[in-house]
Amino acid sequence: MSKNLFEKVWDAHTVRTLANGQTQLLIGTHLIHEVTSPQAFGMLRDLGLKVAMPHRTFATVDHIVPTDQFAEPYADPLAQEMMDALRQNCAEFGITFFDRGTGKQGIVHIVGPEQGITQPGTTIACGDSHTSTHGAFGAIAFGTGTTQIRDVLATQTIALGKLKVRRINVTGRLGPGVYAKDVILHIIRVLGVNGGTGFAYEYGGEVFDRFTMEERMTVCNMSIEGGARAGYVNPDETTFAFLKGRPYAPKGAAWDAAVLRWKSFASDPGCKFDDVVTIDAAVIAPTVTWGINPSQGIAITESIPDPAKATAVDEKASIEEALAYMKLKPGAPIKGTKIDVAFIGSCTNGRLSDFQEVARHLKGRRVAPGVKAIAVPGSQGVRVLCEQLGLDQIFRDAGFEWREAGCSMCLAMNSDKLVGDQLCASSSNRNFKGRQGSPTGRTILMSPLMVAAAAVAGTIADAREVFHVSAN
Amino acid sequence: MSLEKITRVAGRGVCVPGNDIDTDRIIPARYLKCVTFDGLGEGLFYDVRKNPDGSEKPHPLNEPRFKGAQILLSGANFGCGSSREHAPQAIQKYGFKAVVAESYAEIFFGNSTTLGLVCATAQRADIAQVAAALDAHPQAELVLDVTAQELRFGSQSIKVGIRDTARDALVNGRWDPIAELLEGAGAVKATATGLPYLAK
Repeated sequence: MSKNLFEKVWDAHTVRTLANGQTQLLIGTHLIHEVTSPQAFGMLRDLGLKVAMPHRTFATVDHIVPTDQFAEPYADPLAQEMMDALRQNCAEFGITFFDRGTGKQGIVHIVGPEQGITQPGTTIACGDSHTSTHGAFGAIAFGTGTTQIRDVLATQTIALGKLKVRRINVTGRLGPGVYAKDVILHIIRVLGVNGGTGFAYEYGGEVFDRFTMEERMTVCNMSIEGGARAGYVNPDETTFAFLKGRPYAPKGAAWDAAVLRWKSFASDPGCKFDDVVTIDAAVIAPTVTWGINPSQGIAITESIPDPAKATAVDEKASIEEALAYMKLKPGAPIKGTKIDVAFIGSCTNGRLSDFQEVARHLKGRRVAPGVKAIAVPGSQGVRVLCEQLGLDQIFRDAGFEWREAGCSMCLAMNSDKLVGDQLCASSSNRNFKGRQGSPTGRTILMSPLMVAAAAVAGTIADAREVFHVSAN
Repeated sequence: MSLEKITRVAGRGVCVPGNDIDTDRIIPARYLKCVTFDGLGEGLFYDVRKNPDGSEKPHPLNEPRFKGAQILLSGANFGCGSSREHAPQAIQKYGFKAVVAESYAEIFFGNSTTLGLVCATAQRADIAQVAAALDAHPQAELVLDVTAQELRFGSQSIKVGIRDTARDALVNGRWDPIAELLEGAGAVKATATGLPYLAK
């Protein structure tokens, strides 16, 4: 019987059915970071348990690290305490830790693929909702809470109900200046923030076939913003080429065997899905959010929604709440909205290709006066590669601050925060109220090049105009 | 380890209306700078409950008549966003034992159940009916019957839904799965042998 990738990976990792009907699922790869793991280690100690497979858990530090300071102790004693706790826990339980001194530290969802730890046909868990990123490799990867981190540490398994699978085809070709970020913002706009509840999303179609691994990661990353706990792309030659030669990728004969095995996990032709959605790439424009959840997005050429014209249930109240918070006028163009801060980075868009694409257009341009612009590589590895290519200098010359690797202003657990009701053009993934560190701070999500365009214009702008983007 | 069999939750209620209430709103990220979950109740809904100077904003949880509520009512897609268990931990540590909402984000639902925080779904009109009753009689006791999937208040009742796997886990006292997962250690080894990437 033909099966989709999700079913194959699920079946290969099913240990048994639990008394309540959930599945005890083997988690092959466990990634941890400093924010959601310390309590899990505390629970292990309280229960007198050991880590079942320490060689299958990998740690890094990302959420709380300052991006303007490398040396310890950190200015924030709480951040230092979390850093110390992770170091201590990894040492005590024999877990590999990509600490800052190793040159391999970074956002957990950038480090896993970079090291070749993220592989097709595997199950991956991490106490972070953006774990869906790793699905780009044809892995089933999902975010968990802290108690489940304890479960994975102690048993290398979790209790989980099987998800349904929705295939999302994006057909045709994206226009110039339209990126993976626009694809996922568009998908979430169409299907809603809870459209994916109970589903894993399988992304496919010509657009995904052509996408690089980094582009696939950007889309899979924000599956959770559409309510889908996992999102994936079937593994193909692009996947294998990305993995080959990476530190944790199989070598020699083991590589050939692994590729054969990985291919076998791809969805079979004619397999069934619980739902299928098809989107024409031609309708996707550079997209920006105007509200307080990621489904509240519009094309840069569109006007801000007017609650008076709302038709769906709750739509009026939800637009009113969003516009009141965002201080935006209904019916006005979003283009031209003044910004205060520009942020390029995060597990969504903090990879080499993101900085390369921006640098290509930003070269010789200047950030508008009064705009604070920061560029935060997603990992130390990304940072080094950018610097080898001289990209950091292009960003600096343009007036961006070039920072150390971390999550930074995506969720502002370090000192990179909005102040008051500052408005931020951001390449991150969430525009929730208060997300970027100020209870009244405002976020507009967009692609990295659109952030750069906003930084240069000083207002929300169409990158295709600012940078004269034409067909590649 | 024996866990409480959670067959019913009785207590007063409060409604925090709205859809898509995300985990950043439930517990702002700055409260995640901690190595234990102690004290998270303080941060619950902080930025919508309080001004930066600590003075209170109008919010149902700030109303004296709703103090001590143990059942939280809300809208659709409750708990969307981050996987932070700090969100259900904050709700529980504030004093809530159950949530009744139109729907939940997946990860939040799982995290809550594992803590024994009951998450029941109900129709919007029914939630509105309970909210209206609470507004008129904030001291009234609500009884969430997990087994019968019913929320009773005064002489009225509404149907609620609790996913089979969660309901089974709650009423049979196995909502924290660690004991059962540990029992499967032998089967885990067998499954692992078929997965070459797990080899050392």
